[in-house]
Amino acid sequence: MVNTTESTDAQITDVQQTHLTARRHSPAEHLWAEFAKTASAEARVSLREIPFQVMVGIRVDPLSEGGRRIGAVTGGLPTACGQVTTGVAGMAVLWLGPDEFLLVAEEEALDGTLAAELVAALGDGAGQTVDLSSNRTTFELAGPSARAVLEKSCAADLHPRAFSTGVAIATVIGNVPVVLWKTDNETFRVFPRASFADYLGRWLLDGMREFTVAESTTWH
Amino acid sequence: MLLFPCPNCGPRNETEFHYGGQAHVAYPEHPAELTDREWAEYLFYRQNTKGLFAERWVHSAGCRKWFNMLRDTVSYDITAVYRIGQEPPALRTSQPTTGMGMSTTRQGTPEGVQL
Repeated sequence: MVNTTESTDAQITDVQQTHLTARRHSPAEHLWAEFAKTASAEARVSLREIPFQVMVGIRVDPLSEGGRRIGAVTGGLPTACGQVTTGVAGMAVLWLGPDEFLLVAEEEALDGTLAAELVAALGDGAGQTVDLSSNRTTFELAGPSARAVLEKSCAADLHPRAFSTGVAIATVIGNVPVVLWKTDNETFRVFPRASFADYLGRWLLDGMREFTVAESTTWH
Repeated sequence: MLLFPCPNCGPRNETEFHYGGQAHVAYPEHPAELTDREWAEYLFYRQNTKGLFAERWVHSAGCRKWFNMLRDTVSYDITAVYRIGQEPPALRTSQPTTGMGMSTTRQGTPEGVQL
């Protein structure tokens, strides 16, 4: 294929992509109005959805040649449970298993060639890189009471001595399998699969109610 | 709540795991030469141990990896976890039992383990 044809194809793809981007729906967008009510300056805890993040599932032995080449693209691969490595353009790689990783990145920060770059990096090495962007959505639970909300239904030890900022684990929240990533002191990102987004969104809202109800001074 | 020490992820709630039955059941070397009875015994016959038992578990909500565990089926004490393909660690013999165990000593090798 000659270069001119390639560039025409790319342009058509861009137009189609823009068209699709405008029409897509995030798994929890029907809850955004409810989420918005939790956000205020004095809120103890707030919840929002960060839709359409780029996610790539990576299965590779990190010590193999292919693993090293992929690490060069992503800014390294984590080597132990809980670790997150960060790369260019806000790209982060979360450890899911000894040979399984989840790459997360902001859509705007990437130019759309990441998947191809990863496939090229793996080459003929054993493993796979799969675009899983639609597999999970992202919730962000933030505020001084965020940990208390999660601890109601997450059995993993979330105390800072065991779960410090920057740590990500795969675990269960209210029977929903999720990836849980502590991105800041009081900020957690929760990645449920799309079909669980409605349930988990409502579940978290319910858990947040005691912290979001305005404190009354007329209690006896 | 029971905490299972996953070899990859550390201590996690037992609800994140799924059971895989008795460990160290080797696939027959020449399955085609087995009689129906031997094949059925390989497929279906398992120990029903009261006491220390070697079993497989998978951390299905975490790292999704299989591992072996030595667990007491009476007290639920977890003696050891070790990776798939590894031999069970050597155990002290003559440990005193606690609780409702009938015997006063335990085998050095858990039942179901063929060394």
